[in-house]
Amino acid sequence: MINRLPFYLFVAALVLVGVALSLYRHSVYGVPWFPGEQREQWEIEARIEFTANGDPAKVAMAIPNDQQNFILTDESSSSQGYGVAILEQKEQRKAEWSIRSAEGQQLIYYKARFLADADAQYQIRPPSKPRPQYLEDVRQTAALSMLQDAMKRSADNPTLARELIRQLNDVQNQNAALLLNSMNREDALVSLLSMEAVPARTVATLMLEDGRRRQSVQPWVQVWDEQKEQWQLFNPRTGAEGKPDNLLIWSLDYQSLLDVIGGRQSDVSFSMIAQDISPETATREKIEANDLLNFSIHSLPVEEQAMFKTIMLIPVGALLVVFLRIIVGLKTSGTFMPVLIAVAFVQTELVPGIIGFLLIVGTGLMIRSYLSRLNLLLVARISAVIIAVIMIISVFTVVAYRVGLLEGLSITFFPMIILSWTIERMSILWEEEGAKEVFVQGGGSLLTAVLVYLAMTSELVRHLTFNFVGLQLIILALILLLGNYTGYRLSELRRFRHLAQD
Amino acid sequence: MKQLFRNIRGFIELPKKLRQRGILGMNQRNHSYIGRYNDRSKYPLVDDKLKTKQIAQQAGATVPELIGVIESQVHVKEIHDLVADWPGFVIKPAQGSGGKGILVITSHQDGRYTKPSGAEVSREDVERHITNTLAGLFSLGGKNDVAVVENLIEFDDSFADFSYEGVPDIRVIVFHGYPVMAMMRCSTASSDGKANLHQGAVGVGLDIATGKAVRAVQFDHPVSHHPDTQRPLDQLVIPDWEQLLVLAASAWEMTGLGYIGTDMVLDKSRGPMVLELNARPGLAIQTANGTGLLPRLQKIEALKQQGISHNTPEERVAVSRELFAS
Repeated sequence: MINRLPFYLFVAALVLVGVALSLYRHSVYGVPWFPGEQREQWEIEARIEFTANGDPAKVAMAIPNDQQNFILTDESSSSQGYGVAILEQKEQRKAEWSIRSAEGQQLIYYKARFLADADAQYQIRPPSKPRPQYLEDVRQTAALSMLQDAMKRSADNPTLARELIRQLNDVQNQNAALLLNSMNREDALVSLLSMEAVPARTVATLMLEDGRRRQSVQPWVQVWDEQKEQWQLFNPRTGAEGKPDNLLIWSLDYQSLLDVIGGRQSDVSFSMIAQDISPETATREKIEANDLLNFSIHSLPVEEQAMFKTIMLIPVGALLVVFLRIIVGLKTSGTFMPVLIAVAFVQTELVPGIIGFLLIVGTGLMIRSYLSRLNLLLVARISAVIIAVIMIISVFTVVAYRVGLLEGLSITFFPMIILSWTIERMSILWEEEGAKEVFVQGGGSLLTAVLVYLAMTSELVRHLTFNFVGLQLIILALILLLGNYTGYRLSELRRFRHLAQD
Repeated sequence: MKQLFRNIRGFIELPKKLRQRGILGMNQRNHSYIGRYNDRSKYPLVDDKLKTKQIAQQAGATVPELIGVIESQVHVKEIHDLVADWPGFVIKPAQGSGGKGILVITSHQDGRYTKPSGAEVSREDVERHITNTLAGLFSLGGKNDVAVVENLIEFDDSFADFSYEGVPDIRVIVFHGYPVMAMMRCSTASSDGKANLHQGAVGVGLDIATGKAVRAVQFDHPVSHHPDTQRPLDQLVIPDWEQLLVLAASAWEMTGLGYIGTDMVLDKSRGPMVLELNARPGLAIQTANGTGLLPRLQKIEALKQQGISHNTPEERVAVSRELFAS
């Protein structure tokens, strides 16, 4: 008999260290136990849609840069078949996509990630004096009269803008009404300011609210403040002054947000999500304070951190699999295949994921049953199945795209080699044990994958696993303990139930 | 409502009841017996039927006669010459598991081979079966394999009508060399001639002391008659029981594996023979016997702890027959 005492001491030590590390992160770094309300990282996705003519197409979109309260940490674009370039033109950055020939509905995604940071550093270029704009007779007179009034009541550029907005929003003001008959508020304001040689421009902005989809940009007006040497932001509709913390300036030129050559009916819409990464921000500052205990994953670049966010979830999946197999006694095809499928589900969303999985495995089994008749050697057969899986995925992607099911595009996230082995194994199972066993194990795998998916996408689980690395030790301890469980599995209670009667 | 409450209560009390009856569960088997007493380095001895045959012969055990081994694709066509002088034969994958890939030919003439069911197969069918075997279709993890060709076992007359289209085999769980529980597995029409209980074969629990049937199950439910031949199963008595148990117990000397399943058959002319050894024997034997393995295993463990040991298979069989008589 092996002495189990050292083992239990080891497990206890793991739990203790895990708890201690977690408590340390909670108390010293102020990481909350639960996902908090304070959201400081934003992921904004622009979705460009247009109908291509069948000729070369060129799409240019203004893209945002570092600005007051926001730092651009990452950007990426996904556009099938398009070449993409990021151009830095003076202040305004642009993304340009190009393709030799495109036809039909086109979709381009651009994603930017911003870190909210009150001390964000950003460039300011002092503008040149604008040339005054002239309006035709009556309006020019009205404009000059408004300006005369506003100049009297103001001291500098921002106060002048404030006065003008007040007039523009005054329904009693006939001069303003005359101007707004033929032009919109922000253009009127910029024109008026130009007459006094005050630099101003209409910018495209997004009000960031978590989980908003299909948003469009709102025009705000920036007015140059000569004293402070910076731009002052105004909402021309309300007269609100200054930049709200959750307002992002997407483009410095409202008019040329999106340019599409070679297509029509172009449109761009935005969706955004907030991520609770206040712990990281907190941690990052502490790292700079040079703390030895801080060789944590939170010191990595955001991109790598995002990767770890998934990696840190895998032990949770493993724990679930261990539980389902040792305590419940669920049969699955391949021990950890369900975890990989669950990781794919995270990318594809649940329902499209399940449909995609069933489609691939179902079609794969049909193709495999034909290969079975060809009597091939094993390695060649598996390779053929891999190619079949790739072809299935391609066909489904193309079909889904053609019929306009954009969710279908995510099918490519499935791990192809793993799926091929699953198909191979299930096919052999089918031949040897019959269809029933295939459904039992396939169903078990799918159920496990869905449960693991639900755990992985749970906000609380994601928050805890990523922010408290100590939890990983506790999970390890739990798995070690489960490895010692010698009681009955739930499925065995059913299996042996007759033996309990008699 | 009351019924539901009773059901839930019954379910909650199930683990306690099963434990009282000493039912061994999968986790405990893996952790406390296989993991503790079976040295992994010895697994190849039992996972490869050719090696098992060799060690069994060295230990003086009877095994089915080896007709030949086909190791590579180029030799596949030699099968016809190989079996020319043998009336019946069996082709097995050396590393197959669970009875997969076993082709039984009872007679052959002019390139026509006959299976136990009476169906005929052609020369090409036999060759394709061997090709599949070599490619690893039937082996664990799809590894390349060799095809073992053995003489056909002619099972003892006393087993007539206890099995349908297949050789009934006897599984004995041997713990530290002591036979602890035994059953006979009789194939049925629904198990398609295979002797696997989960595929529908009938399992007949055997009294360790006498070799007489104690109980029979199919799909975990008690049965009294063979479903195809209608032979009453309680008439089953294994002849040469002592000899068979000794053979089973000698698996301990052959392999050094502490917890092992010995699969044997009774041949009409040559007596008990070892078919294969299994380092991960299943738990269905408990259902067939209607009793749990744990108390028996613990009795042997208690013997060990008291420092009592029996060095020959005969002594151990005598101890087992006394301890585990039902």
